[in-house]
Amino acid sequence: METKKLTIKERMAIPRQKMPSQDPAARIGNFKEVNLGYTPELAMQEAMRCIQCKDPVCIKGCPVNIKIDEFIDLVAKGEFLAAAKKIKEDNVLPAICGRVCPQEDQCEKVCVIAKKHEPVAIGHLERFVADYERESGNIEVPKVKPPTGKKIAVIGSGPAGLSCANDLAQLGHKVVVFEALHELGGVLMYGVPEFRLPKDIVRTEIEVLKKMGVEFQNDVVVGRTITIDELIEEEGFDAVFIGVGAGLPWFMGIPGENLVGVLSANEFLTRVNLMKAYDFPENDTPVFNCKGKNVAVFGGGNTAMDAVRTAKRLGAEHAYIIYRRSEAEMPARVEEIHHAKEEGIEFLLLNNPVEFIGNDRQWLTGVKCIKMELGEPDDSGRRRPVPIKGSEYVLPINMAVISIGNGSNPLIGQTTPDIEFSKRETIVVDVNTMATSKDNVYAGGDIVTGGATVILAMGAGRTAARAIHEKLMGESHGFDEW
Amino acid sequence: MYRIVSARFLAENIKKFEIEAPRIAKKRQAGQFVMLRVGESGERIPLTIAGSDPEKGTITIIAQGAGKTTRELNAKETGDTIQDIVGPLGTPSHIENFGTAVSIGGGVGTAIAYPTAVALKEAGNYVITINGARSRDMVILEDEMKSVSDEAYITTDDGSYGFHGFVTQKLQELIDSGRKIDYVLAIGPIPMMKAVAEVTRPHNIETVVSLNPIMVDGTGMCGGCRVSIGDEIKFACVDGPEFDAHKVDFSNLGDRNKIYLDEEHESYEDYRHSCNLDSHA
Repeated sequence: METKKLTIKERMAIPRQKMPSQDPAARIGNFKEVNLGYTPELAMQEAMRCIQCKDPVCIKGCPVNIKIDEFIDLVAKGEFLAAAKKIKEDNVLPAICGRVCPQEDQCEKVCVIAKKHEPVAIGHLERFVADYERESGNIEVPKVKPPTGKKIAVIGSGPAGLSCANDLAQLGHKVVVFEALHELGGVLMYGVPEFRLPKDIVRTEIEVLKKMGVEFQNDVVVGRTITIDELIEEEGFDAVFIGVGAGLPWFMGIPGENLVGVLSANEFLTRVNLMKAYDFPENDTPVFNCKGKNVAVFGGGNTAMDAVRTAKRLGAEHAYIIYRRSEAEMPARVEEIHHAKEEGIEFLLLNNPVEFIGNDRQWLTGVKCIKMELGEPDDSGRRRPVPIKGSEYVLPINMAVISIGNGSNPLIGQTTPDIEFSKRETIVVDVNTMATSKDNVYAGGDIVTGGATVILAMGAGRTAARAIHEKLMGESHGFDEW
Repeated sequence: MYRIVSARFLAENIKKFEIEAPRIAKKRQAGQFVMLRVGESGERIPLTIAGSDPEKGTITIIAQGAGKTTRELNAKETGDTIQDIVGPLGTPSHIENFGTAVSIGGGVGTAIAYPTAVALKEAGNYVITINGARSRDMVILEDEMKSVSDEAYITTDDGSYGFHGFVTQKLQELIDSGRKIDYVLAIGPIPMMKAVAEVTRPHNIETVVSLNPIMVDGTGMCGGCRVSIGDEIKFACVDGPEFDAHKVDFSNLGDRNKIYLDEEHESYEDYRHSCNLDSHA
């Protein structure tokens, strides 16, 4: 097609194509996806903005090194199914990553044209390609090599586990994924809301793994239902990959935190996403009744944005983000902050809660906050927030959602003492192989890094899959072909 | 899906199920629970495991119909299936030879007190059981409790069977009679457990209760089950569900368990109408 004819100057003259989205006023009344996705025309137009650099630095910006220049070139030519195939050489969950990756900190951050213009919308294009393939009904099921006779247990069906399972299955290994919850997908199902990541998309991407022969077992809590030692010694697994995520919510340790109406973001989001409490009483699980109430979410990450936007959709009169630093320090994706503002979320930045206040029935009625100002940079490189003396005030709220991060679930450590954990309660691994201190046991994702991103977890799953394969087969070839 | 191999009512509204769950049956220890989801649109609810048969691969649970989920469960018969069961969850009961151990079950709490009484007996304790119920027809597991007890007492609130009064009165009577009691386990409604804690506190008798806060996942992920134990906040699903009764903030637990009262009522009314249960209510 005409792509070849365009000069670099002409390409750079094309403005970044905006992602069509639901109108903010409409979407706060539903749980449907906010972004509607590119049309083929928009996608091709956007793809033409890529100048096809000789040294595509965007690939290095991607934790799983998707061949970004090649797939975008295929999009520009209208070869969408071929583009999907190209992405899937490196990323098993493109419809998910296209939606939840922080592209502005990864591939798009280093995009060459971003020096003068807005970067190519790599994430939007990835999403388009994956959606196009899914909606075409021609989903590529990767080829699987002849059986190796090796059996690998993957613990957790979140991003790390799924990507590890995918790679191992392609190499011909028998893979069994154990999931504690009744639904597969881990944080993609219980954490990320429907309006940001429709659950059917997660299910479809997992279906591909099933077609490749990956076996999934729900309702198994490794550490309780069965231990890692039993998997190896009694059930004959040759290797184990731990991808259980960071799932133990932190609380702030301030007075009144056990009042009725103070919840972790995990609980609030799990009720709404996994248990479908937005559809109560059709679904049995209730969630705090937000209608006409004031809800405050404490934290500045993606989970905090998910929680506050969920509260708004459940009918909250005022839905606040309370964050002790300023917007520049917020870890959330830019798009999520932007969407939240569009939806009328109120940002109380440089505010820190010091106490929750309740009534005589012990129900939450307010939060006492103190205002902060930014001081010198701290260990994280972000400017440290310092309280302003005498600036305390009480904000009336009915529900508080704590979203300040997660620690590790203690079950694996308690039941597998020969796996070394750090002081931060994460599993210690060799970063080149993701091998733990226990023979033939590997780990990756949030259980190793602490709360991070879907794509980093997937990258870790891939690294582990490669190392497991090499260890079990005693060979290093076999990877270059795909 | 998990198949029910036997189901029968023990008393009005209290039903005992034996369910195929081989991995849980093999692993389960006294004091542990499962999370159970009756059907596709169901809630996840915690239920303590009352017993297991590792050879048959079955676990026993005993449920009292209270809200929609437990009533839906209690409508299940032999041969039916349950959507999801996961476990065994929670830290097992701390069992040792304390000397004289009193195991107290109030109402359906007896179903939970029973397996721990078995374990206490096996550990060599002199086991006294106090099995409390509202009235004679609500007494459950009488024979089972007797079979593991060196002394077994039944109390009924209305005096229709056994000792007329509350379990705490019977316990107080035992203490007042000068019996040396080394350990008390109490499982039942919050007011009962709180009352037991107050009876044993002045005598410094080690007392353990099994708490029933609201849970979603049961594996440590949601934090909905956090309880105040002394100066600390604990997650009942992973740190418990058994805790030192003298340190538990029962009033906070009671308050927190009321968060969804309106919704529970709505859900149950909805269920009643859909099942045409009004005439039986």
